[in-house]
Amino acid sequence: MQSSSPKRKTSFYLLAGFFGLFILFLYGPMLSIFILSFQGVQGSMTFPLRDASTHWFGDLFTSTRYGDLGGAFRRSMIMAIAALALTAVICFFAGLAFRKRFWGSGPIFYLAIVSLVIPGLLLSFGIGQMFQLSGMPLHWMISGLGAHLSWTLPFGLLIMFAVLNRFDSSWEEAARDAGATPSQILRYVTLPILFPGLIAVALFGFTLSYDEFPRSLLTLGTRNTLPLEVANMTSSVTTPALYAIGTITTVISLVVIAVAFSAIAIVQRRRSKRMATS
Amino acid sequence: MSAKGEIRIEKISKAFGSLLAVKDVDLSIPAGSYCCMLGPSGCGKTTLLRMIAGHETPTSGRILIGGEDVTDVPTGSRGTALMFQNYALFPHLSVLDNVAFSLKVQGQGTAQRRDQAMNMLKRVQLSHLAERVPAQLSGGQQQRVALARALVTNPQVLLLDEPLSALDEFLRLRMRSELKRLQTELGITFVHVTHTQPEAIALADQVIIMDHGVVEQSGHPREIYDQPHSPYVARFMGGQNVIFGTVGTKGKDGFAVTDEADNKYKLDSALALAKGQKVAFAVRRDGAKLASGKGRSDNAIKGEIRNIEYQGTFVKVALKTCQKDEFLVYLSDGEYFASPRKVGETVSAIWPIERNHYLEGENNSSGDPTGH
Repeated sequence: MQSSSPKRKTSFYLLAGFFGLFILFLYGPMLSIFILSFQGVQGSMTFPLRDASTHWFGDLFTSTRYGDLGGAFRRSMIMAIAALALTAVICFFAGLAFRKRFWGSGPIFYLAIVSLVIPGLLLSFGIGQMFQLSGMPLHWMISGLGAHLSWTLPFGLLIMFAVLNRFDSSWEEAARDAGATPSQILRYVTLPILFPGLIAVALFGFTLSYDEFPRSLLTLGTRNTLPLEVANMTSSVTTPALYAIGTITTVISLVVIAVAFSAIAIVQRRRSKRMATS
Repeated sequence: MSAKGEIRIEKISKAFGSLLAVKDVDLSIPAGSYCCMLGPSGCGKTTLLRMIAGHETPTSGRILIGGEDVTDVPTGSRGTALMFQNYALFPHLSVLDNVAFSLKVQGQGTAQRRDQAMNMLKRVQLSHLAERVPAQLSGGQQQRVALARALVTNPQVLLLDEPLSALDEFLRLRMRSELKRLQTELGITFVHVTHTQPEAIALADQVIIMDHGVVEQSGHPREIYDQPHSPYVARFMGGQNVIFGTVGTKGKDGFAVTDEADNKYKLDSALALAKGQKVAFAVRRDGAKLASGKGRSDNAIKGEIRNIEYQGTFVKVALKTCQKDEFLVYLSDGEYFASPRKVGETVSAIWPIERNHYLEGENNSSGDPTGH
């Protein structure tokens, strides 16, 4: 038996309805793509689902009409991992540096943040122009990665500030007082305490780069990354294979996030395990 | 040769931008003593402590520990250990590893340093919590861990920054006596910063009372309590009434002093005072008696009773007088209840001439521990 609860007000149902719509809007499209990617051989790009199969996933890997999809995926992964590593390392040290009011720290901070405001497409144009002017060829791992970093670094720096907000610098002082050298303080105190936050920074570096479209448009040179490749395909490919790509990339994103969260969980487990065993 | 753990501070100043936090301080703290640095917040006591620890670099002057100039010696290799006000325990390490931290950075092996840390934890009665992380400990337990972490390096000098301020009243008293016991046992120099006067009196062999970046007075707690140097020290240490007056003629029993309401006092004839000079002197609160407000006697102050508080062993009577501060009289409870008083009654507080203690220092700050 349900215990008697006070009668809900109308506002509760209105707000709950609104929240339901919000959830539907967030996950509905993703869910439809996910379902339609399992369309049968005879099925079209729209509902209804006929004879569910994994045909279009196989088609992606066997057919030649999708161009260099595997290469684009590989490049996207390499770039995203490079962005992850560079964002984590640079934002970690930049965040630590900005704790001090060094000479010019204000202007440098604003310069770093302004690139968040500049439209990505414009930035993409500019980088393309700059490389052309200086006679350097565009390359996805050079101009492309640079364009992605202009997006991930300021983002990562802002997250790092939030992470550092809860960091008490007297921990470092206590380590110094115990005779630790600056590198020991970094290794034994600062880095381990900030590590969970740092994973969040790295994760943003990865996902922001992995699905970046506007900043990639004119900076990649002759080879495409996955978002550009998929965008190209929308005009030429008219099969549910497109949805299969969507499903695969979403799953990969989820796996990366899951790996990151388990990394945080493992760190915390190790801490509590050390506490439990004597 | 100077003894290990002796601290000498020579002409130390510290400026933060245009703000002079510590001004030209000269101090000497004997080896193996318990020293309390006392003063309101912002008086420079913590800055001075941090300079001894090496967390701040003096703008000018020298610091010597055990006869050795350590002014430019880095923190962690000058024989000091600092216990932080918020304890600053490493949140990601177990209690045991927190204590073993300094041994780890010295390069000691895991087993050896954990052994040593465990011994230190036994000393502060926390060995049963060795595997916990700091977040799982109470405030008092965290403080013992911080203490163990500081002591594991065998420092010559232990520096404590407001070590008891985060504890509740009951724990504070317990930890206070524990600190004193530890210091006696270890025989090393303790320098303890506080803004609470009873803490300083109870613990210290030497009290250093500061204000506005300078040392107002330094000495044994009894000397500071009984013979304050200035109105500020008298108010800050408590237990004293400060009276201002003007010097009159010198008689055979001392200088006549009169205040604004024509109360008459006497100051020692050995003092070098001039007629017409404004002077301040202190009278201990437990040195005065109450008499009826009729008539006028020498070395007495007239006032209206504002408040009467029973304190168990004594009764505290507050008088509103012509002086800026309330005049407080502590009467033993037997004495008070032999002739109880009423609020609003006009009485005289009267005391023997030799109770008058002339205040030569000029600092007239309020002595409010939270600032000015």
